[in-house]
Amino acid sequence: MSVVEQTPKPYSRDWLLSDRPTSRQQARLGRAYVIWRRFAENRLALLGLGIIILLLLVAAFADVLAPHNPVQGDLMNARLLPPGSAGYWLGTDDQGRDILSRLIHGSRLTLMVIVLVAVIAAPIGLIVGTVSGYAGGWIDAILMRITDIFLAFPKLVLALALVAALGPGIENAILAIAVTSWPPYARIARAETLTFRNSEFISAVKLMGASPFRIVLRHVMPLCLSSLIVRVTLDMAGIILTAAGLGFLGLGAQPPLPEWGAMIASGRRFILDQWWVAAMPGFAILIVSLGFNLLGDGLRDALDPKEAGQ
Amino acid sequence: MTSHPSGPLLTVDDLRVTFPTRTGEVQAVRGVSFTLGRERLGIVGESGSGKSQTGRAIMGLTPGHAKITASKLEFDGIDLLKATPKQRRDLRGKRIGMILQDPKYSLNPVMTIGKQIIETLLAHEKLSRSQARTRALEMLEAVQIRDPERVFGLYPNEVSGGMGQRVMIAMMLICGPEMLIADEPTSALDVTVQLDVLSILDKLVVERGMGLVFISHDLRLVSSFCDRVIVMYAGRIVEELPSADLAQAKHPYTQGLLNCLPTIGTDRHPLPVLERKAEWSA
Amino acid sequence: MKMGKLTEKTALSVRDMVVTFNEYVALDKVSVDVATGESFGIVGESGSGKSTLLRAVAGLNRFDEGTLTVDGRTYDSRSRDKEFYRTVQMVFQDPYGSLHPRQTVDRLLLEPLVIHGFDNIDMRIARALDEVGLGAGFRFRYSHQLSGGQRQRIAIARALILEPKILLLDEPTSALDASIQAEILNLLEQARKDRNLTFVMVSHDLGVISHMCERVAVMKSGQIVETVPVEALEKRAFSADYTRQLLVASEGFRRG
Repeated sequence: MSVVEQTPKPYSRDWLLSDRPTSRQQARLGRAYVIWRRFAENRLALLGLGIIILLLLVAAFADVLAPHNPVQGDLMNARLLPPGSAGYWLGTDDQGRDILSRLIHGSRLTLMVIVLVAVIAAPIGLIVGTVSGYAGGWIDAILMRITDIFLAFPKLVLALALVAALGPGIENAILAIAVTSWPPYARIARAETLTFRNSEFISAVKLMGASPFRIVLRHVMPLCLSSLIVRVTLDMAGIILTAAGLGFLGLGAQPPLPEWGAMIASGRRFILDQWWVAAMPGFAILIVSLGFNLLGDGLRDALDPKEAGQ
Repeated sequence: MTSHPSGPLLTVDDLRVTFPTRTGEVQAVRGVSFTLGRERLGIVGESGSGKSQTGRAIMGLTPGHAKITASKLEFDGIDLLKATPKQRRDLRGKRIGMILQDPKYSLNPVMTIGKQIIETLLAHEKLSRSQARTRALEMLEAVQIRDPERVFGLYPNEVSGGMGQRVMIAMMLICGPEMLIADEPTSALDVTVQLDVLSILDKLVVERGMGLVFISHDLRLVSSFCDRVIVMYAGRIVEELPSADLAQAKHPYTQGLLNCLPTIGTDRHPLPVLERKAEWSA
Repeated sequence: MKMGKLTEKTALSVRDMVVTFNEYVALDKVSVDVATGESFGIVGESGSGKSTLLRAVAGLNRFDEGTLTVDGRTYDSRSRDKEFYRTVQMVFQDPYGSLHPRQTVDRLLLEPLVIHGFDNIDMRIARALDEVGLGAGFRFRYSHQLSGGQRQRIAIARALILEPKILLLDEPTSALDASIQAEILNLLEQARKDRNLTFVMVSHDLGVISHMCERVAVMKSGQIVETVPVEALEKRAFSADYTRQLLVASEGFRRG
């Protein structure tokens, strides 16, 4: 390791890669930088990231970007116009609404679904998994049996049942999807916890007098995070599709909300002659799912614990 | 002890092994040269010295992305650098054997011991199954396994470390190779078991007139087992001397290594610490 | 074997300890007394139970029978209190496994201080690093940015930061190169002198034990074969055959 002759300029590349960090922040940022570099070597991962950033920007600036009103259409003049028509780049649907504007506003709904599901399901899965893995014994048995019960049902079927019970609407759809999503995260967290549970660094912390609560929260959970982040990202595609599926069945977002799945459902009737009404939201879902898959794959390679050392 | 009349078994001249990494090239071996006859040569070094990579380069087991160059890397007149992968494979097992450190990782866990030995044999010689089995049992006896029939049918995880290493030796010597490379063969074993395994190795190497390259971090062990010792540091050879002359080692690194070990009877507090000089790795 | 009476001078006392894992008896009625300020070694091969004994004392394994007394207080199988952890600390064998892979050195040293509510945290961390010969530049490195020897120094710093009286050492240098081993052993010796610590050191290496310890217990198959002062090893003044075997083996290979 070479000795640094002069102190590198803060936040510069040398500062980040320094092997003698002088503060917690420098160490953390340095590590994040190394992970970013590794991620950025993967072209496809960058493409995935680009797509997601685009999604975020579109959702943020929907009002500005959308050329027309997404919920109110020009029934008189603009019904079922094909893509490329003047002022309606992706065409219009049967209510004269601009599909592009609906897609743009619909991105907000998509984003809301993904974020809420991730925010609800991932922490539940993490907590259940780590507690189960660390405690072992009957706690583990009970929690895993509960997890198994949820895993035994096909995701969409369970979500369907919940939404049917709770009533249609996008909030209930989100809840239903979240409830069906957490079990795999619990499994992952538990598997990771089991690999670390008997390692010497955990024994060392026990020997300091740390309570099991502290050990799980501050020592075990951080180790499970990378696998969980990767899994959640890869799941995003599935979540979008499940929401779309519920929307398609009329159980998710209710009209006139421009949710992409519901758009496909309503466009189903004209699919032969006016294919764009159903196909455009389909493409949108395809692109966003692809983006998340690429991002997730890239994250997995970048966060691989074996390489996280470099 | 004496070299093969028609020249050395192994000639290594200016061997260099380089690994590309994200932060530039890492030179694991930087110009190592030595010859081996039908004798025992020890290569001693600490971690990062390049000793294991030297052994692997000779065997052709270096990972694919590494770069290996040498002015000469010859085994019995065969140019190892120019040899095709098939030629290399034919050499391995039949003429050159390699024993690794931990039998837990180097024996196939899902195959019985007997099957693995037979497989090695049949890869290089045309024999019937029963002939191969007889040879395998003979070999197990030669490594002083008392119950060869029983061990034949066991899986690697069912035998102790010492026995696993003996099985490894049996597997590697069954085709009668002329040269053996042993990379830390006893480091994972208990001290009393180490001696047993070494005495078996000793007997077999002498009986068959083999050349042996013994790679280890344990200078004392190597010097008591081998005829000659090469000391490596930072990818280079810093000293080469007959084991008998170890006490008269000239290079400060070798001297430092010898002195820094605590032994029964010597009472030095604090222990002399090795002061690494930059010029050793220049 | 006649056991001495427990006095205030006994730092650690184990009586008739039994540890079984399912059917396998790892410790078979083992008794040991370690005096305050003593450096006590335990030597044995794999399966001897030496590490099991240490871990049972530390509370990382439970013991099925027997009594454990540390610094005058008795402890049962699993219960250890904060007082215990301030008295007894441990250095583990594998420098690559005993430090949390995602924490900086600073965080690693912070943890015990926070758990026990110490003050002056910054100063203590800086001093701990200094004591093990690592400068402030190491403070914010991650553990994967350290070499084996550096990691072991951090492990020692972490063990000493709570100012314990007794240090349990489970093969602290077995995974290190010979030259690094010498540095770490010197460091441990210095720490012991400075802080008047009691050491209980487990190793398979008789050379290390005879260098670091005053008395040594030889273990085999879960039992203590004999306990001798370290000078007896050199003078060959021991009685058990197994001890002789170990001694001979440690002297290296003899060509037949």
